[in-house]
Amino acid sequence: MSTLVAAQGWRFRKPSVIPGFGLTLGFTIAYLTLIILVPLSGVAWRTTELGWTEFWAIATDERTLKALRISFGTSLIAATINVVFGTLVAWVLVRYRFPGRRIVDAAVDLPFALPTAVAGIALASIYAPNGWIGQLLAPFGIKAAFTPLGIVIALVFIGLPFVVRTVQPVMEEIDNEVEEAAATLGANRFQTIQRVILPGLAPAVLTGFALAFARAVGEYGSVIFIAGNIPYVSEIAPLLIVIRLEEFNYAGATAIAAIMLIISFAMLFAINLIQAWSRRRYGYGG
Amino acid sequence: MAVELMTDMSQTVAAHPAGTRRYRRATTEGPVAKGVLIAMALGFLALFLVLPLIAVFIEAFRKGAGEFLFALREPDTLAAIRLTLTVAAIAVPLNLVFGVAAAWAIAKFEFKGKAFLTTLIDLPFSVSPVISGLVYVLLFGAGSMLGPWLKSHGIEILFAVPGIVLATIFVTFPFVARELIPLMQDQGTGDEEAALSLGASGWQTFRFVTLPNIKWGLLYGVLLCNARAMGEFGAVSVVSGHIRGLTNTMPLHVEILYNEYNFVAAFAVSTLLAGLALVTLVLKSFLEYRYGDEIAAAAKH
Repeated sequence: MSTLVAAQGWRFRKPSVIPGFGLTLGFTIAYLTLIILVPLSGVAWRTTELGWTEFWAIATDERTLKALRISFGTSLIAATINVVFGTLVAWVLVRYRFPGRRIVDAAVDLPFALPTAVAGIALASIYAPNGWIGQLLAPFGIKAAFTPLGIVIALVFIGLPFVVRTVQPVMEEIDNEVEEAAATLGANRFQTIQRVILPGLAPAVLTGFALAFARAVGEYGSVIFIAGNIPYVSEIAPLLIVIRLEEFNYAGATAIAAIMLIISFAMLFAINLIQAWSRRRYGYGG
Repeated sequence: MAVELMTDMSQTVAAHPAGTRRYRRATTEGPVAKGVLIAMALGFLALFLVLPLIAVFIEAFRKGAGEFLFALREPDTLAAIRLTLTVAAIAVPLNLVFGVAAAWAIAKFEFKGKAFLTTLIDLPFSVSPVISGLVYVLLFGAGSMLGPWLKSHGIEILFAVPGIVLATIFVTFPFVARELIPLMQDQGTGDEEAALSLGASGWQTFRFVTLPNIKWGLLYGVLLCNARAMGEFGAVSVVSGHIRGLTNTMPLHVEILYNEYNFVAAFAVSTLLAGLALVTLVLKSFLEYRYGDEIAAAAKH
């Protein structure tokens, strides 16, 4: 329809003979607005209604601060563990051939597929003081379930596939010649990995870390069963939102949600920056 | 020497002047390092992934098959299964239609603000499930404008099935679209242009040209969307109200049973959800293995 007019100046879209642009884009935007944007803007709306002083009072409340610190602290630790073991798992899957490799590769996605509540009660039963691993840890005085350590365990479970699935494809694309060159120049294997391979993987690893971290911060289902949910000790921010809602304290819930949303959008922005930087520097997205 | 003999067959065999000594390639690790790394990776996966899965089945059968079956035949459990299936049956097709429409608009056309639109579609993935539920509480709850008005007209959204469906649609929103967009971008518009130039209508082009091209990718997206729809906990928990037999989905029912210390029943319902996860993984791996070129997510690794 706009093919003739579009020849000069600004145009919304490039001309095309393919039909259905108006219909599909219209439906996409309408559905997106109704399901996602309008409800989500409700959080912003309610937060502005609160007023700055009230928002600040909720945000700096001792229990809120503790919950946020626990959420972000345990997520940081879990994402770091995931980076180490996720990269290791990706390396083993990409570089080595061993029986059952395909099954192991498929199993990495289990945390994506297993409902979080199921993962939560299974982990809680394993790490409880009388559970399979819990009773092995008990003689050493280590309590896993119902402590922040339990939260970390659940978040490691949830975050693992994010790191593996981001690092794996980039690892597969590493040019063998780079390693050969390093070896020719006298580097031993350890030096080659440390100085040649790992720097090239850095953007992907960083993206995987950010994705695992972002997911961990918002995680609810797998954590609440193993955490023990003791206020000020092992109470995560999403749980505090639920508690505030159950008290019909909508203002409290909204304020915490707004803080979490701001931080996760900042994370999303950071992930995009890493990927853009990586594309410029290495020619591929993380 | 024993170490040398273990060297992988696939490695280059170099003839040594003194005999048949094998050298390992400069671009791989020694067999010992390899073994240690594989053992560490597999040990980690066994501890964190396999053990919880085994625990679900062992705990469910702790008091024998009789208790297990009894737990599954409970009316509340059956109601939860029915509700989960109903919710998925509404949410997944809606997101399927949306995914196809969004992918068509984004992949087949060039327009301003496309990257921004794609980012918006991914938005639900970076929002905590609890917040995904909270947004609907704020929209339809007691303090909102919409809630009381709908209630006066006899329409219940919150703490009823429509709220659960909405929250599920929210969290599973991007799955189909994000699978189809890169796939359809790769395929370009050549096939469709050919069909149109041969006189096919827009609908015929989609039905007989595009759809066969994207069917495996579509199935892949639907599979992941469905797994999340049936397993969603956080978002649904916030909007459901936890009314047994009425607004309890399977994951919520697991929580209630667990908190009542009815562990056998909680794990029995969990085995169904774990079974769903396993079936999803098997089908997903099959699609990646068999139709890897026709699936965007698989092509990436």
